[in-house]
Amino acid sequence: MSPNVTLIVISGVLVACGVALLLERTLTRVLMGVILLGNGINILFLVASGRPGLAPFVKNGDPEDLSDPLPQAMVLTAIVITLGMVAFILALAYRSWQIDGHDEVQDDVEDRRIVRRAELDETSASYDDDTTETHDEDEEARP
Amino acid sequence: MTPEWARILLPLPVVLPLFAAGLTLALARRPRAQRTISVSALSIVVAAAVTMLVLTDRGSGTYSVDVGGWPSRLGIPLVADRLSTLMLVVSSIVTLAVLVYSLAQGVADGEEGTPVSIYHPTYLVLSAGVSNAFLSGDLFNLYVGFEILLAASYILLTLGGTKARVRAGTTYVVVSLLSSMVFLSAIALIYMATGTVNMAELSVRLAEIDPDVRLVLHLLLLVGFGIKAAVFPLSAWLPDSYPTAPAPVTAVFAGLLTKVGVYAIIRTETLLFPGGEANTLLLWVSLATMVVGILGAVAQSDIKRLLSFTLVSHIGYMVFGIALGSAAGLSGAVFYVAHHITVQTTLFLVTGLVERHSGSTSLDALGSLAKKAPLLAILFFVPAMNLAGIPPFSGFLGKLGLLQAGVDDGSWLAYVLVAGGVVTSLLTLYAIAKVWNRAFWQEPQTEDHSGIGGLATATEVGTRTPVGMVAPTAALVVVGVAITFIAGPLFGISDRAAQDLRNRTPYTSTVLHDRVPEVNR
Repeated sequence: MSPNVTLIVISGVLVACGVALLLERTLTRVLMGVILLGNGINILFLVASGRPGLAPFVKNGDPEDLSDPLPQAMVLTAIVITLGMVAFILALAYRSWQIDGHDEVQDDVEDRRIVRRAELDETSASYDDDTTETHDEDEEARP
Repeated sequence: MTPEWARILLPLPVVLPLFAAGLTLALARRPRAQRTISVSALSIVVAAAVTMLVLTDRGSGTYSVDVGGWPSRLGIPLVADRLSTLMLVVSSIVTLAVLVYSLAQGVADGEEGTPVSIYHPTYLVLSAGVSNAFLSGDLFNLYVGFEILLAASYILLTLGGTKARVRAGTTYVVVSLLSSMVFLSAIALIYMATGTVNMAELSVRLAEIDPDVRLVLHLLLLVGFGIKAAVFPLSAWLPDSYPTAPAPVTAVFAGLLTKVGVYAIIRTETLLFPGGEANTLLLWVSLATMVVGILGAVAQSDIKRLLSFTLVSHIGYMVFGIALGSAAGLSGAVFYVAHHITVQTTLFLVTGLVERHSGSTSLDALGSLAKKAPLLAILFFVPAMNLAGIPPFSGFLGKLGLLQAGVDDGSWLAYVLVAGGVVTSLLTLYAIAKVWNRAFWQEPQTEDHSGIGGLATATEVGTRTPVGMVAPTAALVVVGVAITFIAGPLFGISDRAAQDLRNRTPYTSTVLHDRVPEVNR
């Protein structure tokens, strides 16, 4: 089987753009990224199906002339699944916009807590409290 | 010889929950009917799974069914062998227990504006997806199984659409989608290289292709499954997203979803790529998963987050067993999966009870629980010691099996891993003891615990805990303890499962050669 170079290039470009968008903070861009990534991988299945030929099942030709139906069946399934996921992300983005007025993916709660503690120069939350008093004095000493 | 009626059992764990999901969706206005349908559907699945385990272990070993009556090699086979049926039994018992728990808690009854009618169908679809992933004998069907359970999990995680859940859900959804994309591209490339996605046929054909191409395919699959199983460099999403969900949802996710990833890794390493090219890599990865995970747990001050980190850490034990590649290692890994599903789920359920009792899961806010709620303390103490690996509990037996397999291996790296495993076990004990001391033993510290976005707690303080929530939790605690008593037979099953996995012929010959039954043992 000799692969179709055009399809491979298209797939590569789509996946690259998809990954770049996936790294964005805004959920709508992530959504676009997922769509592009999904389509790029779907095209990979077209490469997998090899040389295009007659429609299978419909035409009764020499099996050599028919195109491989299996990747097409798989790609159809993948398209449907991607569609469902895209709809769900869209709903998430909308909900996020409803709640916060934007759809940016926020940092982990723990990360934010650690950043805040670092700014205040506090000890960790799991630090045992034997030294509570000195710790409090430190707090007061700071303006 | 597998009796003819056994063939009907095989698709049941997938078809029945899906059918029940449709039915509960149609009966959205009738909560009582919904409850009856989902509980009975999952009970039947438990019965079917146990029957299948007995059949595969006592009877003919592996057997398979071609779905839809397509001839072998054209259709999608569902395969039951010792590994998949054992996983199925444990997962279905846990799913059923968590369902009963959540019914009593009223997650399904519209707490905080949750869409009532959605919970049951989604939960059943999740169960169908997990079963499909365990039973699938076809790589693409495995992908579909993953997508079924992931789609259901997205909905369960963001149930109610509160601010914290939408935030956590976003990370989870995007990361899971990425892992699915990696898996999907791996399938496309595997089809290009071999012309099939039937796992039994792949085990033959993958051996014939160029080793470099094979390594690429192998690593692609491992990355995809590694994200789902939360193996260390790919695990950062888990402790962030799980704790915000409702307690029963976290419990079932923690028990099952990562283990489906582990199961897929076991299949990849034994059936598809038995050469063990990635074993050294996996050993290092498992070491990092164990140590980094447990260090994360030690630093936490919220029980749910702490448990999420121990979950990541203990995935390392299973990967350790798989990476050893020996029969003893695989057997230990299989046993550990069965033990860990039960114990981790139980701990999250108990945490849900704690949250209901005291209105928080933060260690800063909790205290004196052993005096205030002695039953709760016992329910926490037993699975916690089990997780930490204190004899005579099953956690100890599982770890012992794995460490012994590591010592048998004898390489210096295996010894490093054994040391890492012991240290992780001790640190688990330390983390668990910290929870016990601060939440159950000491007086509450009345400091402010209003850190940024402290995990949202919806329940009112002091509400009476319904018996329906305590009973399934207690039942799972008992199952966890019972694993100690049936450890002999269970290790017997996992040993035979590991032998089957290493031989590979039971699986391939069953699926490919018209399912000739194996000779009775």
